[in-house]
Amino acid sequence: MSYSGVWTLAEAKDGKLKRVAFELLTRGRKLADKLDEELASLIISNDVSEEEAERLIAAGADKVYLVNDKKLGNFIVENYSNVMVDLIEKHKPEIILGAATTLGRTLLPHVAIRVEAGLTADCTELDIEEETGNLLQTRPAIGGNILATIHTPKHRPQMATVRPKSTAPAEEVGGREGEIINIDFDSELYDGRVERVGFRTSEEEDVNIVDADVVVAGGKGLKKAENFAMIKEMAQYLDGVVGASRDAVEMDWITYPHQVGLSGKTVTPKLYIAIGVSGAIQHLAGMKTSDNIVAINEDPDADIFKVADIGLIGNLFELVPMINERLAQEKEVEKVEV
Amino acid sequence: MKIITPIKQVPETSNVKMDEETGTMVRDGVESIINPLDLYAIEAAIELKEEHGGEVIAVTMGPPSAEKAIKEAIAMGCDDGILLSGREFAGADTWATAYTLSRCIDDIGDYDLIFCGLQATDGDTAQVGPGIASFLDLPLATYVSSIEDVHIADDTTYTEPDENYIELERLLEEGYEKLRMPLPALITVVKEINFPRLPTLSGKRKARDKDVTPKNSEHIEMKEEYLGLQGSPTRVVNIDRPKVTRGGKMIDARDESKQEEAVEELINYLNANELL
Repeated sequence: MSYSGVWTLAEAKDGKLKRVAFELLTRGRKLADKLDEELASLIISNDVSEEEAERLIAAGADKVYLVNDKKLGNFIVENYSNVMVDLIEKHKPEIILGAATTLGRTLLPHVAIRVEAGLTADCTELDIEEETGNLLQTRPAIGGNILATIHTPKHRPQMATVRPKSTAPAEEVGGREGEIINIDFDSELYDGRVERVGFRTSEEEDVNIVDADVVVAGGKGLKKAENFAMIKEMAQYLDGVVGASRDAVEMDWITYPHQVGLSGKTVTPKLYIAIGVSGAIQHLAGMKTSDNIVAINEDPDADIFKVADIGLIGNLFELVPMINERLAQEKEVEKVEV
Repeated sequence: MKIITPIKQVPETSNVKMDEETGTMVRDGVESIINPLDLYAIEAAIELKEEHGGEVIAVTMGPPSAEKAIKEAIAMGCDDGILLSGREFAGADTWATAYTLSRCIDDIGDYDLIFCGLQATDGDTAQVGPGIASFLDLPLATYVSSIEDVHIADDTTYTEPDENYIELERLLEEGYEKLRMPLPALITVVKEINFPRLPTLSGKRKARDKDVTPKNSEHIEMKEEYLGLQGSPTRVVNIDRPKVTRGGKMIDARDESKQEEAVEELINYLNANELL
C-alpha cells in the first residue's frame, strides 16, 4: 500500500476543537487539492462529540478519525504517540500536519522517530513541489534571520508542525459531505508509565500570550517594575495581554510566561505593541510575523522600528499615558454606540 | 544518580550578522558557545547531583572543536563528557541526531535521568530531546519549569518501578501541569526552572585537565545507514533571507509639541486597521 492523503492533528480542549485545528485545515486543504488526495483530521481526546467533529468536515476535512477514551483525556505523549503510530501504520498518510503548540511540538517528534518520517518544526509556509509532489516546508531559523525550505525526498509520511496563527482558520460551510470514523482505543496502546497528578493555572490571568489577538509588550526602557502598570492598562483597553522582552523578565519586572522571543514564546497576534523594547534579534524572532506592529521608543535607531508598521519616537513615559487616555475615550464611545 | 545532558554547540547569535548577498550567517569572529537553553539543563542536572549524589555526563555531537562545549560543561560542574565526532555524523538532521545521541546514551547505560534544553537557539526545532526519548522508549516530559520531587529507593535491590520516580511541572499555554513519572526518564527544560551557575575557577582547572576523547561509530554500536546526511529524512532545498524591514511610518514625537499629533496618528492607524 502506498502512502496517500493529508492528515491534520486537531487539538481539542474540554470537548471543543481549538482554533488552530481549523487553521491546519486551511493548510491541509490546499495541499490535498494540489495532490488530488483526501484530507483527514485526527482527534485524540476523551470528550469530543461527533457533532463537534462534524465542524471539521464543514471546514474542509473529507474524513475525521475520532478516538475518544477516558484514558486519553490528558495529553500524555506516550499514549498519544501509540495511537498515532498505530493509525499511521494502518492508513499510511502521505503528509501529517500538527500545530506548533506545546502538544504538537512534543508529540510529532516522538512519532516521527518511530515511523521514520521527516519532520520540520514551526513551518510558516507549506507547498507541494511541482515535479516530485514532495511537501515543501518553509520555516524561520537562526533567530528568524533565514527562511529555510526543507523537503523529505524518500521517507513517508512527511510531517510538519505549523505555527499557530500563521494562516486564517478554514471557514465552516454547510452541506459539505464527509465521514466520521469512530475508533475504539485499544487498551494495549495505553502506556501507563506517566501520570498527570495536577494542574494549576498561572496566578496571573493573562499569560496565554500565544493565543491572544493583541499583545502589549514592555522592555528595558520601562526602567522599573511599577511601570508595567501602564502596559497592563493599555492591554486592558485593547482586550490584550502583556508581553515582555528578555531584559524585563531577567530584571524580575514580570514573570517568564510573558517573555516573547527565542528563549520565550513566538507570538503572531493581530496587533503587537512594543514599548521600550529595543528589538534585539531574539525578540524580533518571536514577534515579527505579527499582523500589525507598533513601536514606541525614545531611540530612533532602535531595531524594533525596522519591523514596525508605525513607530513613535519619543518619551514613552509621556506618550503611553496619553495613548491610554485616548484608548479609554475610544472605549467609552464604543460603549455608547453599543 | 547518573544524569546525562545532551548539549549542542551553537554560534553566539546575540549579534548575528548576515551576509546580505549569500544570505548565510557570517561566522568569522563569531564565538561558539553552549546553546544557552542547554545551560538550564546542565544546572538542573548538577543541582540534583548535589542533592542526591552521583555524576553528570555531558554529551555532544559536533566537530572536534565542540570539545570546548564539553569542557565548559565540566567547568560548570559536570563530571565527565563525551564528544561524538566523525565524518559519518556530518549533515545530520534532527532524526539522525536523535538516533546518534540515543546510541551514545544507551552505550553509557545505567542512567536515571536525561536533561535537555528545550531547543537550540540556531535551529529552534525542539525535536532532538523528544526524539531521544522516543528512540530509547523513555518517559518524556517537555517544557519542564520545575522539579518538585525526586524519589530514589534507598534499597537498590528493591526494584519496584514505582519506587524511583520524579514529580515535575510543565509550563503549557494555559498553565502548569504536574506529572509523575518513573525513572529513567527524559526531561526538556524551560528557563524558568533555575539560574545557571557560572563556571568556577576550580571547575575550569578540572576541565583543563580532563581528556575529552572523541568517539565515533567505531566505538559505539550504530547503524551506519541512520547516521549523518544519509540517515536524515529531511533535506534543505533553499535558504532565503526574509524581508527585514516593513518600511513603516516613523513619527518623531521627541518634541513635546508633537506628542498630541503623534498619539492621534496612532489612534487613527489603529482605527483604520480595525484594531480597536
